Amino acid sequence: MGAWFWWMIFGMAVVTYIPRAIPLTFLEGRELPETVQNVLRNIPYAVLGALIFPAVFFIQENIWFGVIGAVSAFAIAFTGANVILVVLGTIAILSMYGIWFG
Amino acid sequence: MIITLHSFSRFGKEKYLRQKERKKLREHGFSSGLKAGASIAIGYFPVALTFGLLAKTTGLSLIEATAMSIFVFAGAAQYISLSLITAGVLPALIVINTFIVNIRHFLMTAALNEKMEPDARWKKALYAFGITDETFTVLATQPDNKIRTSFAAGVIVISYGSWVAFTSLGHLIGASLPAFLQASMSIALYAMFVGLLVPSMKGNRKVLSLALIAALFNSLFFLTGWLSTGWAIMVSTLASAIIIELISRKGVAA
Repeated sequence: MGAWFWWMIFGMAVVTYIPRAIPLTFLEGRELPETVQNVLRNIPYAVLGALIFPAVFFIQENIWFGVIGAVSAFAIAFTGANVILVVLGTIAILSMYGIWFG
Repeated sequence: MIITLHSFSRFGKEKYLRQKERKKLREHGFSSGLKAGASIAIGYFPVALTFGLLAKTTGLSLIEATAMSIFVFAGAAQYISLSLITAGVLPALIVINTFIVNIRHFLMTAALNEKMEPDARWKKALYAFGITDETFTVLATQPDNKIRTSFAAGVIVISYGSWVAFTSLGHLIGASLPAFLQASMSIALYAMFVGLLVPSMKGNRKVLSLALIAALFNSLFFLTGWLSTGWAIMVSTLASAIIIELISRKGVAA
């Protein structure tokens, strides 16, 4: 890669940083309207839904990986296990599935 | 004597409370942040390893691949840039595409700002660099009312460390994990999202509806191909958050 590559990285770094930094610095100490605050409070849970579905089904070409993974993760999480256990448990289940049926 | 005893016990109580307060602050500080971010570090491991490997096959040197992870720190955008480089797309267009893919972080950091403790702008500008989909979801779903800057720093340091270190490692060893492990570990970040969502979702129809509606919108965008992934996530999230706010304001149980 030539010098253009470093200019590109610089550009990518700047345009990635802007949407991360502007709200956190600009909104510091500002009180937003109640409705906007309520909508913003809803964002984390909505974003989780959109991040999980439908992408989880397409982690591998074999769609069963995603389906079994999603079901296992929800099942483990519903027992009240903490996040790291959900992650490791789901990986363990999929590893077994991969070894036996993969 | 009584006065002395009284003041002593009061002093003791205050000291005890102060210690308890300090302990509580410590509990939600940097090291708890590291702990909370551990799942991200595990989830980034296969993704960064594969990125390093792909960067190598794309023709990036070890320094170039690692530099991209150090300065950009955005998984999806970095992957896309590799395929665009291979396709011979103009660097300026790759930069514009990166912006489009990452524009959703406007929404996330605006939401996160409501939850972070007020702090100096330079500190917020510093940790803003570390806000990804994953660090955002871990921070924003913490049960505490306000999150400390040091907690956020902990979450970010362990995630960023994993991302950068495993990018280099992937490039260095030039191979991915054994096939079964690569396949099973690709679930890690999704399992983490599930693990963050479920505790808040149990017995809370509002949280369930928020996730469900956003998931449905995003699936619709995916199936119809109306929006690319970055936009689809942002529009689905915003639509769901607004719809649920409108419904719950009308007093209908959401």
